[in-house]
Amino acid sequence: MYFDSFQALMWMDGHGPYVWGAYSVALIILLSLVIQPLRAKKRFIKQQKNELRRLERSPKGNSSNI
Amino acid sequence: MKKYLYTLFHKFGSPKWFYQLTDKLLPWFTVMTAALLIGGAIWGLAFAPVDYKQGNSYRIIYIHVPAAFIALAGYYVMAIAGAVSLIWKMKLADVAVKCAAPIGAAMTLLALITGATWGKPTWGTWWIWDARNTSMLVLLFLYLGVSALYEAFENEEVAAKACAVLTLVGTVNIPIIYKSVDWWYSLHQPASLKITGESTMHSSMLYPLLVMILGFYLLYGTVLMLRMRTEALVRYRQQSWVKTLVKNAK
Repeated sequence: MYFDSFQALMWMDGHGPYVWGAYSVALIILLSLVIQPLRAKKRFIKQQKNELRRLERSPKGNSSNI
Repeated sequence: MKKYLYTLFHKFGSPKWFYQLTDKLLPWFTVMTAALLIGGAIWGLAFAPVDYKQGNSYRIIYIHVPAAFIALAGYYVMAIAGAVSLIWKMKLADVAVKCAAPIGAAMTLLALITGATWGKPTWGTWWIWDARNTSMLVLLFLYLGVSALYEAFENEEVAAKACAVLTLVGTVNIPIIYKSVDWWYSLHQPASLKITGESTMHSSMLYPLLVMILGFYLLYGTVLMLRMRTEALVRYRQQSWVKTLVKNAK
């Protein structure tokens, strides 16, 4: 490792808050980019399953095209 | 050969084929992306040497430059997809335009935020209205504009056409961003990485950057696939393959 200690890695000669702040923002943005479409897919499948169940209960009913 | 290309082109236009193909690709992309980003970040943060002029603040380069690369490359991806959607009316190209916009916006935002946190200790200010910063801000608005325009139309076909045109018009901004540090006076440093000619960075700092850039490209591919898959499901929910998929889903 380039730094002598964990404290030095965190502090980075005073630049630590900027560097770690930037990396934290990156982590949040990148993770949300991945999680968002996965959650949307889950939501869509759940919605379609509910729709399917509804149609099975009333076979003559119209699909609401959800 | 021509027939083969024609078939391939048609296959690319098929949402079902795309879904099945990405099913196989995604695990590889995910593992490689995670390995490169985690490895590259640890390398850049803890093992790369300090910069003699900027101190440790330069370590932000390992996320700032890859994010900015993707912000620009992502616009080209969106513009090419827009052109394909306009010319050949390919269904998936239109899906790609819609899905590429929010990813590009997130990457541009990340480049702007990390640029500001790098600017404060280096330039002494979070923000300056110079050519590079301003043209990147315009890029963010272009991405947001494409997303907003999509939502503004009820008819998906009309929305696709309008967005493709806006996307193509916006490409004029990309060379301006690239060249802004050369054409105008700016606090922003000129490019350290060069496609032609030698880079101005030492290899001990350059290699982690290259790892991170590759990781960001793969991440972009992964997220674009994830978004396009979800969008394809929603758009083609009346097709039998989506109905079967929904039925079989846990």
